[in-house]
Amino acid sequence: MHQAETGSLDDLALVHQAKAGDIGAFGELVSRYETRIYRLARNIVALPQDAEDVVQNAFLKAYSKLDSFQENSKFYTWLVRIAVNEALMKLRRRKSSKTVSLDEPIDTGQDELPREIAVWESTPESQYSQTELREILDKAIDDLPPIYRAVFLLRDVDGLSTEETAEALDLSIPAIKSRLLRARLKLRETLTGIFKRKGDDIFAYL
Amino acid sequence: MLTCKEFLNSLNEYFDDNAAAEIRALVESHINTCPNCWVILDTTRKTLQIYKGMEPQPLPPGLHDRIMSALDKRK
Ligand SMILES: [Zn+2]
Repeated sequence: MHQAETGSLDDLALVHQAKAGDIGAFGELVSRYETRIYRLARNIVALPQDAEDVVQNAFLKAYSKLDSFQENSKFYTWLVRIAVNEALMKLRRRKSSKTVSLDEPIDTGQDELPREIAVWESTPESQYSQTELREILDKAIDDLPPIYRAVFLLRDVDGLSTEETAEALDLSIPAIKSRLLRARLKLRETLTGIFKRKGDDIFAYL
Repeated sequence: MLTCKEFLNSLNEYFDDNAAAEIRALVESHINTCPNCWVILDTTRKTLQIYKGMEPQPLPPGLHDRIMSALDKRK
């Protein structure tokens, strides 16, 4: 099938064609989602080479499991679920002693309470090059536990709904909400350390 | 009137595009009287804006072709 024909089809039509053996149709799905899946993988596993493996394995697995895709969810949500599992497996292999799981228990202590409270420079992002800024943002995400990374990426960067994120990560909606809040607050805290207005000190707010 | 802890727990909902007007009003009246929470709300909003504004990492060159040729072998 030619690009011009597949390009206008919706995901489900492409899935049907791919199930019928049309690998070109699946190729169109790869083109549609590889950048988003790569970004997700890159932010969960951090190492570029690992991220590439995750993306490739995720698409291969999706292709071989296509018959089990039930079509009551979006193709992308289903694909994300496969990719996140691949990414977590990759992490587990890297840190063999430590279990990496999507439902690691969350401590209910006070540690989510904001400690660093300071106003930022007016447009901190303009003081850095795109490359520097990307490094700062990636590093901040990298400091989060894996589950927070995935929830934040899917909800706030990739734009999935709470329901879709819950489905993709196989977590409950309340679990997504609490992890999202903690991820947002932790990132805010990290970035405040970098972007806060010089000369302000926290004592002014105590 | 929200406490600071209740304010924090309402933050997610506040940033939701479909946030109820009631939540918005509660959060806004809290930050009008609580400078710390105003800063938290403002810097959280900026955090989200900066992340949303980031261009996605470009796909590594050759990755698409590698995926496609691996798929071809599976056929
Ligand atoms: Zn407050």
